[in-house]
Amino acid sequence: MITLNSKIPGGPLEEKWTKYKKEAKLVNPANKKKLDIIVVGTGISGAPAASSLGELGYNVKVFCYQDTPRRAHSVAAQGGINAAKNYKNDGDSVYRLFYDVIKGGDFRAREANVYRIAEVSNQIIDHFTAIGVPFAREYGGTLTTRSFGGVQVSRTFYSSGQTGQQVLLGAYSSLNRQIKAGTVTMFPRREMLDLVVIDGKARGIIVRNLITGEIERHSAHAVVLATGGYGTIYYLSTLAVNSNASAAWKAYKRGAAFANPSFVQIHPSSVPQMNEFQSKLTLMSESLRNDGRVWVPKAKGDKRPANEIPEEERDYYLERRYPAFGNLVPRDVASRAAKERCDAGYGVGPTGLAVNLDFRDAIKKQGKKAIEEKYGNLFEMYRDITGIDSYEEPMRIYPAGHYTMGGLWVDYELMTTITGLFAIGEANFSDHGANRLGASSLMQGAGDGYFILPYTISNYLAPEIKVPRFKTDTPEFQEAEERAVERINRLLSIKGKQTATDFHKRLGKIMWDHCGMTRTEEGLTEALKLIRELREEFWKDLLVPGSADELNQELEKAGRVADFLELGELMVTDALNRRESCGAHFREESQTADHEALRNDDEFAYVAVWEYNNDQPPVLHREELKFEFVELKQRSYK
Amino acid sequence: MKLKLKIWKQKNAKSGGAFETYDLDGVAPEMSFVEMLALLNQTLAQQGREPVAFDHDCHEGICGSCGMYINGYPHGPVKGLTTCLLSMRHFKDGETIVIEPWRAKPFPVVKDLIVDRSALDKIQVAGGFISVTTGAAADANAVLVSKKKSDLAFDSAVCIGCGACVAACKNASAMLFVSAKISQYALLPQGRPEAKERVRAMIAEMDSQGFGSCSNTGACEAQCPKQIKLFNIARLNREYYKSY
Amino acid sequence: MNKTLFSAVSKKFVMALAGLFLLLFLPVHLGINLMLLKSDPEPFNSAAHFMATFPLIKVVEILLFLTILIHVTYGIILQILNWLSRPVGYKVRNKSETGAFSRFMIWTGGSVLIFLVIHFFNFYFIKLGLVDGNPEDFYSVAWQLFSIPGYVILYWICFLLLGFHLYHALQSAFQTLGLSNEFWKPVIRAISLIYAIAVPVGFAIIPLVIWLFK
Repeated sequence: MITLNSKIPGGPLEEKWTKYKKEAKLVNPANKKKLDIIVVGTGISGAPAASSLGELGYNVKVFCYQDTPRRAHSVAAQGGINAAKNYKNDGDSVYRLFYDVIKGGDFRAREANVYRIAEVSNQIIDHFTAIGVPFAREYGGTLTTRSFGGVQVSRTFYSSGQTGQQVLLGAYSSLNRQIKAGTVTMFPRREMLDLVVIDGKARGIIVRNLITGEIERHSAHAVVLATGGYGTIYYLSTLAVNSNASAAWKAYKRGAAFANPSFVQIHPSSVPQMNEFQSKLTLMSESLRNDGRVWVPKAKGDKRPANEIPEEERDYYLERRYPAFGNLVPRDVASRAAKERCDAGYGVGPTGLAVNLDFRDAIKKQGKKAIEEKYGNLFEMYRDITGIDSYEEPMRIYPAGHYTMGGLWVDYELMTTITGLFAIGEANFSDHGANRLGASSLMQGAGDGYFILPYTISNYLAPEIKVPRFKTDTPEFQEAEERAVERINRLLSIKGKQTATDFHKRLGKIMWDHCGMTRTEEGLTEALKLIRELREEFWKDLLVPGSADELNQELEKAGRVADFLELGELMVTDALNRRESCGAHFREESQTADHEALRNDDEFAYVAVWEYNNDQPPVLHREELKFEFVELKQRSYK
Repeated sequence: MKLKLKIWKQKNAKSGGAFETYDLDGVAPEMSFVEMLALLNQTLAQQGREPVAFDHDCHEGICGSCGMYINGYPHGPVKGLTTCLLSMRHFKDGETIVIEPWRAKPFPVVKDLIVDRSALDKIQVAGGFISVTTGAAADANAVLVSKKKSDLAFDSAVCIGCGACVAACKNASAMLFVSAKISQYALLPQGRPEAKERVRAMIAEMDSQGFGSCSNTGACEAQCPKQIKLFNIARLNREYYKSY
Repeated sequence: MNKTLFSAVSKKFVMALAGLFLLLFLPVHLGINLMLLKSDPEPFNSAAHFMATFPLIKVVEILLFLTILIHVTYGIILQILNWLSRPVGYKVRNKSETGAFSRFMIWTGGSVLIFLVIHFFNFYFIKLGLVDGNPEDFYSVAWQLFSIPGYVILYWICFLLLGFHLYHALQSAFQTLGLSNEFWKPVIRAISLIYAIAVPVGFAIIPLVIWLFK
């Protein structure tokens, strides 16, 4: 049985991180190169972690499934990255950023962690600027910012609509610098198949070389998972099609507890699904809601083209329902409001599953050029996909699975319940509570990697300097490799009739229908049954062409879907357990009279932490959330 | 839509390859090119045949994974698009589409349409960075950068590293790729201190990887899905001479 | 191999400089050739004589031959390396939009080189005494050559190809030397076009005028 110790330092909120850093143990520079660290994933937390650990002198081995670290899906983040710089003199501060994130997450995150990420946010901007990330600037040469949902200050730094690309490539460049320096060794096209635990400590991983199919063993003194979220469980999501949960899931099965798995952010603005072959929903950045107004016709089933519907017949439902925040309400609120309108029959487009995002007024006021400068690439992308010119008529958008607030449980040091196994970025659960605010994921990922993990991992590694480098011929490695090989062989030997994609689509539909934007006791119970049936069918009727000793993309998919079929059950179990609505988790049984999420702080102000229990149902542990510095309030954006 | 697809099939880097012809029915015009190939693979898998291996990931034109040579064009006949954003409405019913992997000495075929583009990473490793250690940065506004220069740097920095420029160039030159990175750092004051070493190191690595030289034909610019401009190459040349 | 002197960029730099030097020579040559249009052989022959004997021109001549040698050698080396950069070609011809003549530089350049060799046999080698003829009367040699229709057609074809070569060469040289940007590119292109038309046309009209009017 695991015991949860969040290891939050005592003292006032503002001093906790300073106090931690003051007391944390350090590793002598000469000893650092004797210590090996494995980092899995090269996104906006993995690449920063690997490069900064390399800079410190550790011997770092980095793994990613892509052909190069620069392709990690952080590259697709669009809108921006938050920091409490207060360059706009609009009343921003570390505390306000902290409070916005805590409130935006509907009071289901740890105060100390959130405060810390707000604290390091400014350094992230400084660092990225120094390594050549071209953030947008004012004519005077200073950096500029824009507003994002759920916030009343302008604190989001950006590079047009491709901020994720710019900061990721920045992180990739620091990674390259360390590869050149010899402190970091890069292993691309490797997929982690298992975690190796020796005497209770994470000591290595088993990976498959995706080109040759070879199984490799890699050892280290500590393992860091920066493997992102599991939003692709919905099949159709805004994530890259190969994004997956497998590394985190393997860690879970080796003993790392999983926290709040049901907390999934459904992003309000993606290009609506157009056909059944579609493999992906493309995100349209939240920043568009800065200038775009969301509306549906006032009349049910109004099929006129958007531009022919006069002003007085339009329902700007976000502005109507939330006058204070208007179109800039947080994502969970915007998504549910869109679903509510569409379910009630007011949706637009051929399927009726879409709402308008209209730039007419903004273009009138600011001119086409200004809008083009801010969102040019997004308008282009939208046109490429749909053939619609949004300068002339509104975009049509609909919510899509996007970001997972849930993830591996970590303590204040970002260590999971397996000693020596760390989880950073989206892979952990720590900072966003039940709903993430826009432009906070790049902040958290980069913050974890650049400015938090390097301190906490040193604290862990300080006593490890006496432990010699590990050999990979131990029974633990042997056993883990056998397990991995056995599973691959099992997947290949079924020789059924349905491909991994067939199963993935079906699982995605179950999850979307029952564990998506709104959830009910009944639906979730049904989902549990459906997932189990589907999993059984999977292991009887899966078809994987080709063999294990070659590049085999179907085999890769099959392994990932097999893990999703287990994770889905945990998500549903968690959603069933949480009989309250909070943030993105909306239980229909728990809502206010005007259909807002109704929290139940007395019973559910905790992190639900699930421990793997072999074939038995997972064991629930509760990490009570103590709010010492903020007052729990019903979230209101009205 | 019905299509005839002629696709390069090659088991691995060591084996030889050949074109294989597939007939594919049920293609919808609103599919993307990679969704069309996914449909082909689904069909092949169900027939017990081996699917076609190809790289793709984000499906929104930003990760740079996808890339194939379609009917004589890297990323297909529409300008400014990656393969994943290329819509099938640009093709005609009954059309024959020939799909080949990127061809260049530094890009050996790994399998079917997948090539090894690690040569591009190696060029970046050689010098594509600014040596500021984490924690050492001053306040972001301590150095002012004119909006014009910053915007220009951004225009160069949007390169997705897909390799279409190399695939399009008659010399398999990587100059547009290298020049985009060089330009980004050359334009920003943050990149100036290492400008000399960077441009020399990256050019030397580009040469040793076996990429060709630039004939200024402009095929790279025409095929770049991010429409990176040829002027970057002029700037790269300038930076290179300035370094001596 | 010295990475600096023989980097892809340096090689192109040398090509471009050599090319630009050759571009300076062409109008001079054209100026002298235009004297062929006079009925009096004297101006042309004395200009040719001056070019053949004036000491400073001798130095320039050596430089010119050296430049041609460098331009040709580097061109061939670069081309071979470029071909080696794509050992396996595409089945479908590359349809990427490119400058119309930029893809054929080795062929247009090669044709000009062949013409140059013929040209040497006709004139330069006479001067050196390698081939029979009167080095003091190139006027008559030229007139005689222009009376052969086959020669004139070959001459025209070569200058057409030279025009193609020059059109890309001039703008490419500026790009290679790092002197092109958004503002100057159209200007450079216009200059290239004017040069690439004016010089070859200048050469080509000489036999035409001779045919029509003399």
